[in-house]
Amino acid sequence: MTLPLIVAKSLRQHLLSTVVTAASIALAGGLLMAVWVVKTQSNDAFTKQNAGFDAVLGARSAKLQLVLNAIFHLEASPGNLPWADYEDISTNAAVALALPIAVGDNYHGYRLVGTTTNLFAVEHRPGRKFRVAEGEPFLAGYMEAVLGSFAAQQLKLKVGDKFHPFHGLIFDEKQQHAETYVVTGILEPSNTPADRVIWIPLEGIQNMKGHDAKSAAEISAVLVKLKNPIAGRGLELMYNKQGNRLTFAWPIAQVVAELFGKIAWFDRVLALVAWLVAAVATGSVLASIYNSMNERRRDIAILRALGARAHTIFLAVVMECAAIAVLGMVAAFAVYLGITTVAAGIIRAETGVVLEPFAWQPIFAWVPLTMIGLSALAGVVPALKAYRTNVAENLVPVS
Amino acid sequence: MPLLEVSNLKKSYAAPDGGTHVVVDVPDFKLVAQAQVALSGESGSGKTTFLNLIAGILAPDTGSIKLNGQELAGLRESARDRIRATTIGYIFQTFNLLQGYTALENVLLGMSFGPGADREFAKALLKRVGLEAKLNHLPRQLSTGQQQRVAVARALANRPKLVLADEPTGNLDHTNAGESLKLIREACRENGAALLLVSHDREVLGQFESVQELAKLNRAAMQPT
Ligand SMILES: Nc1ncnc2c1ncn2[C@@H]1O[C@H](COP(=O)(O)OP(=O)(O)OP(=O)(O)O)[C@@H](O)[C@H]1O
Ligand SMILES: [Mg+2]
Repeated sequence: MTLPLIVAKSLRQHLLSTVVTAASIALAGGLLMAVWVVKTQSNDAFTKQNAGFDAVLGARSAKLQLVLNAIFHLEASPGNLPWADYEDISTNAAVALALPIAVGDNYHGYRLVGTTTNLFAVEHRPGRKFRVAEGEPFLAGYMEAVLGSFAAQQLKLKVGDKFHPFHGLIFDEKQQHAETYVVTGILEPSNTPADRVIWIPLEGIQNMKGHDAKSAAEISAVLVKLKNPIAGRGLELMYNKQGNRLTFAWPIAQVVAELFGKIAWFDRVLALVAWLVAAVATGSVLASIYNSMNERRRDIAILRALGARAHTIFLAVVMECAAIAVLGMVAAFAVYLGITTVAAGIIRAETGVVLEPFAWQPIFAWVPLTMIGLSALAGVVPALKAYRTNVAENLVPVS
Repeated sequence: MPLLEVSNLKKSYAAPDGGTHVVVDVPDFKLVAQAQVALSGESGSGKTTFLNLIAGILAPDTGSIKLNGQELAGLRESARDRIRATTIGYIFQTFNLLQGYTALENVLLGMSFGPGADREFAKALLKRVGLEAKLNHLPRQLSTGQQQRVAVARALANRPKLVLADEPTGNLDHTNAGESLKLIREACRENGAALLLVSHDREVLGQFESVQELAKLNRAAMQPT
């Protein structure tokens, strides 16, 4: 009972440095957890993310660009391919489902993607199809749109609303098309990039006024679901090795993993920064306690005169440093939630991929344990000074 | 058997000129249980050093200190700490109250390292010194005389066999000093503790039946410095 009292009193007596050092621990701990969770969860979410497809067929290009454009609805389309290629692959014996898409327009930054009603047959997760939650699917050949849930929410569009699309993938208010589309339905949230898309019939994009006349018979890519994913090897050989006109991006997860491989240095830099902040924070615990040792000498001598053993004093100082880290780590979870909520919001808005900051991670245990352990370790330095305090010399007030 | 038995006790410090400066050289000193003895000595005669040796705060160079039948001289620091926590109460000229702790907490700390905290006894002690209304006051919220009384209560908190008092009234005015000394002596008697007080104040020394001159006990004090 005595040790906790001594520690609590000391924390209170040095309230300002307690708060400042605990805050730096909170920042460091929160940052460490946030960097780690955003990194692992986005890695996980992006590589698992395929919106229900195994491969993408598109114009000859880098596989990554093809996947980013067709699956994640990011980046520019690498070019078009003739309708005949869609017919070819959709009748291939290995293919379970082929979905042609055409891109080229947006509405306030949200992409219009032309496709067929086959979209509603796609299982984006086993047993879960893209389902219209409100209203009805679009009808082929009509100027109708089904909105992804996130796009509908952000654009504040409801079933029955009308809008004029804009030309291009990037919003430019001078590029408005004359066509009027009507919202017929809104998709159930799928937590896939499809949530950020305005889905319209394929002919809509192909025939939009001002589009290249020859594009009327072309599509941007074909999303492919295979009967057996292994069959992708044969198709890949056929399109990528034997042909030189098209690119077959397969398997999608591997293509995305390559992207993460390319930006791994960024993770490492972030992690390094987070660890440096952690080192500085524990260093600040050490420095602030060490610096206060001069004013604590008298109190230590008095406690010793009352019979406290030197190692009791040592322990009190180490515990005080650990206690600062405990207080800091409680606040660190607030810092963590702040950072990850913002990061998850941005990632969702930009990619449609959903992260879950609240999901339990082992790191929620080991970062606090590490920070508390490091602080206690840092506390050994001032604790040694406290341990060696000369009792007789410090029992008299310093004049 | 006496409560305290000191023989051939020597303590010296390194002098600035590189030699050693003998501060305490006491061939023989005894104190029986529950006795009250005052030691007189001028400033620098080694009074504080002598008390710190008995309290086990300082380790002697040579000699023997037997307290309650136990030899302190050869013991490790932690063992001396333990004996201090259980058998000695210490009253300082500057009171040495912990400024961040209330009167009650200061008294509780006086027992925490020895017999363990006993709130009821701590309150009873503060009541005995007339501070039952000031339990939760911090030292700075108390008058000098009240602070001294907290220090007296704290010195008795671990039910010591021996209370050491180093100029306990040196910081008090004339009236307060007289009352405080009376309180210390009565409280020690009531609690069965012996009292060894050091002072150079004639008035304080005059209150004691038994006064010994440190100059005579301590051969080091006679040496010209
Ligand atoms: N840590 C130390 N290092 C060196 N010399 C010391 C040390 N502590 C005390 N001394 C010396 O020992 C001598 C006795 O000191 P001490 O404090 O015991 O005297 P005192 O009788 O209590 O004096 P006062 O009445 O002024 O309190 C002094 O000459 C002092 O300079
Ligand atoms: Mg002195």
